[in-house]
Amino acid sequence: MHKVAAIGDRESVSGFRAIGMEAFSPCGREECQSLLKKLCTGDYAIIYITEEFAQHCRDIIKKYEDVISPAIILIPGVKNNTGEGMRQLSLSVERAVGSQLPE
Amino acid sequence: MAVMNVNPTRMELTTLKKKLVTARRGHKLLKDKRDELMRQFLLLVKENKALRKTVEEKMKRANAFMALASGEMSDSEINVALMLSGQKVGVELKKKNVMSVSVPEYTFNRRLGEDDGGFSYGFAFTSGDLDEAIRIYTSLSEDLLRLAEVEKTCQLLAREIEGTRRRVNALEHVLITDYEDTIKYISVKLEENDRSNITRLMKVKDMMLEKAHNYN
Repeated sequence: MHKVAAIGDRESVSGFRAIGMEAFSPCGREECQSLLKKLCTGDYAIIYITEEFAQHCRDIIKKYEDVISPAIILIPGVKNNTGEGMRQLSLSVERAVGSQLPE
Repeated sequence: MAVMNVNPTRMELTTLKKKLVTARRGHKLLKDKRDELMRQFLLLVKENKALRKTVEEKMKRANAFMALASGEMSDSEINVALMLSGQKVGVELKKKNVMSVSVPEYTFNRRLGEDDGGFSYGFAFTSGDLDEAIRIYTSLSEDLLRLAEVEKTCQLLAREIEGTRRRVNALEHVLITDYEDTIKYISVKLEENDRSNITRLMKVKDMMLEKAHNYN
């Protein structure tokens, strides 16, 4: 049995805590990176991270893109949403197809 | 025309022909694999996009309620209310095989709080907006899980498709053309050798006849 985690600012992830996932709110870039690293090597199958916090740890997310576990999934937070999640999806389409798909 | 660095001999020709057959078969198989991967990938991407849209929309709504709640209650009150969640979530991770790519399959293992619909607090001292936010989050959890599954699968398939496409292209445009060019080069060279051999023999024959019979 694996655990599910959520990383983001407190307001964004408190909902996740309410439905029984583990919520973390690191402050600052370094703390965010070290936390994500720790979670990735831990017993977590899915890690939800807000788009705002994902900006701090692009490299780590990229590193875990090609392995089966954990899955790092971007979610919109309360503030500073960039639409990064959708953009990542189109990026992986571009990677596979070689060009963008029409809507 | 790219001719490989080989000796133009008959033996080389037969090995190359065998290699060409293998390369063609590999190319066909890989192309089939790529096409099937692509078909599955496109289906998943469609689902992924739709899911992401609904999840993001619902989360935006839940976040709005959360913001309202945090306006009505203090941070510490919210913290206390959510401190001991009645729900517990875990996932079972199984590996599924899609065209020899292992992709994850999650099953939810959720324990709801007893009889209270998942609310971990009494309703007396909390805002109704908090209830609404949590209700949305609870209804969202299945979608979130499916989103994780689909998105991870998409990423893994994308990587595999990229690799397969590269291999297909390398076979089609480099290896197979090289083999064909080299085979052509060797057979032309061998024919050329044959012809020069024949002319030499004819010349020798002429010379011998001349010597024997003083024949012009």
